[in-house]
Amino acid sequence: MLPRKWLKHATKWLQNKVKGNNKVAILINENTRIIVQGFTGRIGTFHAQEMIDYGSKVVGGVTPGKGGQTHLGLPVFNTVKEAVEQVGAEASIVFVPPAFAADSIMEAADAGIKYCVSITDGIPTQDMMTVKSFLRRFPKDQRMMMTGPNCAGTISPGRAMLGIMPGHIYMRGNVGIVGRSGTLGYEAADQMRRLGIGITTSVGIGGDPIIGSSHRDVLEKLEQDPETKVALMIGEIGGPQEVEAGIFAKENMTKPLVAYIAGLTAPAGRRMGHAGAIISSAGESAAEKVERLKELGVTICPTPSLMGQTVAEVLAKL
Amino acid sequence: MDIHEYQAKEILAQYGVKIAEGGIAHTVEEAVQRSREIDGNVWVVKAQIHSGARGKAGGIKVCKTHPEVEAAATALLGKKLVTHQTGPAGKLCSKLYIEAGTEIARELYLSFLIDRSHERVIMVGSAQGGMEIERLAATDPNAIVKIHIEPAVGLQDFQARTMAFALGLGEDLLNHAVKTIKGCYRALRDLDANILEINPLVVTKNNELMALDAKMSFDENALFRRQKIAELRDKTQIDPREVAAAEAGLSYVGLDGDIGCMINGAGLAMATMDMIKLAGGEPANFLDVGGGASAERTEKAFRLVLADQGVKAMLVNIFAGINRCDWIAEGVVQAVKNIDMKIPLVVRLSGTNVEEGRRIIAGSGLPIITAETLADAAEKVVKARNEVVAKQG
Repeated sequence: MLPRKWLKHATKWLQNKVKGNNKVAILINENTRIIVQGFTGRIGTFHAQEMIDYGSKVVGGVTPGKGGQTHLGLPVFNTVKEAVEQVGAEASIVFVPPAFAADSIMEAADAGIKYCVSITDGIPTQDMMTVKSFLRRFPKDQRMMMTGPNCAGTISPGRAMLGIMPGHIYMRGNVGIVGRSGTLGYEAADQMRRLGIGITTSVGIGGDPIIGSSHRDVLEKLEQDPETKVALMIGEIGGPQEVEAGIFAKENMTKPLVAYIAGLTAPAGRRMGHAGAIISSAGESAAEKVERLKELGVTICPTPSLMGQTVAEVLAKL
Repeated sequence: MDIHEYQAKEILAQYGVKIAEGGIAHTVEEAVQRSREIDGNVWVVKAQIHSGARGKAGGIKVCKTHPEVEAAATALLGKKLVTHQTGPAGKLCSKLYIEAGTEIARELYLSFLIDRSHERVIMVGSAQGGMEIERLAATDPNAIVKIHIEPAVGLQDFQARTMAFALGLGEDLLNHAVKTIKGCYRALRDLDANILEINPLVVTKNNELMALDAKMSFDENALFRRQKIAELRDKTQIDPREVAAAEAGLSYVGLDGDIGCMINGAGLAMATMDMIKLAGGEPANFLDVGGGASAERTEKAFRLVLADQGVKAMLVNIFAGINRCDWIAEGVVQAVKNIDMKIPLVVRLSGTNVEEGRRIIAGSGLPIITAETLADAAEKVVKARNEVVAKQG
């Protein structure tokens, strides 16, 4: 009994060691086997092709009832389970319409998918409550990681794209990004590229009230990533998430955290586009979040046009 | 989506919550008629607008005679009520709820809402009802009880009892309290509500538990499966510009400044508005044109922004991902020509097909100011706005 246990530990240690040496990006890389849920629809088709063109390893897709067909030269499956068994799917991206998206996410978790990005915008909040409660039933080491919904996805520049972003504006490098908004994330990546700064992984967590992973969850991954030297958090008004991430960074992170919080001009009680972007209680305005983050030692980008510049200054000090 | 008090009460009554006898009135005559139909000698005339704090704004009037009901109805119908939640424009009162007066022994507070950080429904209660919960939270946080509800199993009896005891409801009211509390939770869950607030929940002098006010708000994303709830939408309570925007698939929020904005993506929109403010300007609106913006949608967005007569300059900031800069540029050129736009326009394009987009703008022959970066765009639009103001004297 004992030697066997020892062997297991040794194997795990060795695996981790190898992983570290290979410098595999977090969440996805060029070898991640990706499936598209809602594959044969118009949006699913368009973005599947974009991801393939970027170099992502898309191995098929799922559209219930169309199993056995071929789409974009790849197999279509009826269930996620079949995709996992037959083509070894590890990650999925969900383009399923809002009424059915929660079900698709839970199907992915049940089938053993490791990482799922939900692009779908408009999933009912109570459906997301059900999804989160479903995910929590799995032991932590078997639990699917999920980001989104209502996000642009995740990209590890030069390796793989699991999302809908314009891949060409991202340059590979050593800064990790986590943000709620798609286009504001593009803005940050673009500013950084102009300054010659690249990105390890950029994760869009989405603008809904209840989301798969928080800023904090992604920062935890970026902290573990040997290639990431600095993390940039792009937050906005509403909810407690950014401050929770700041507390996590202060207590657990060795890497510097830079943050920008959008919504300085947002009035209380008005929803600014995102379902989660509403100042509904004390501490949720941009100014209050910035104050708290400063107290926690986070470097604040004073304006959204200085995201790249602020990251550059922090990098220069390392 | 918010609904009126009387609608929320109708819903709650179906879930076993006791409410006072009442009826809706659209005219003064109807209001008097309702009061004649309701037993008793005290009636409360309540303005039906989507806002709390109606009492302080004069929207709730206690009447002891039918002529008093008539006077109250005359004073309220067709008027705009301004509360601290409505903004200075106020909200139009076109309906009244006439309710039997209730003799109150104690006022309590009870609400259910989605707690974003716990990803669960939270039940909040206090034995000190009647006042705003935010103020109570600030002055006496220990007076507030919070109980989280596990979504998979729902609200349990012991949790409802815990809340009932916290509200100071004794043995004689316990069963009724548990029924009321569980009914509220079921209403929230069954109907995809985000917020259900009863303030005050009262114990009457007859020792009954009754919802004296009720506020419910529903998840817009779930209305596709709640047809009956969707029908309760009252467009008179929403800024007409926001209604028009929603119909065009745009997300718009009117603000007090004079620089109009059209941006793709909510986060970038907020950031651009911040940039305008930092450059010394004030945004007139938030407008997210969304992904895949066609020329037609772009023109609709322009019309919406320019419908605000106070707008002195406009900024378009697009970072194209799914969008393409050339489509946006064509839409902008078409909109400027069709609308015969008179105020300065600053356009900043970035992302997919940016060169093509810039070529279209430059080749249009229109006096469009172009900008390279976010900061550049904000500075240029504020400068253009200041020049317009200077010229107007």
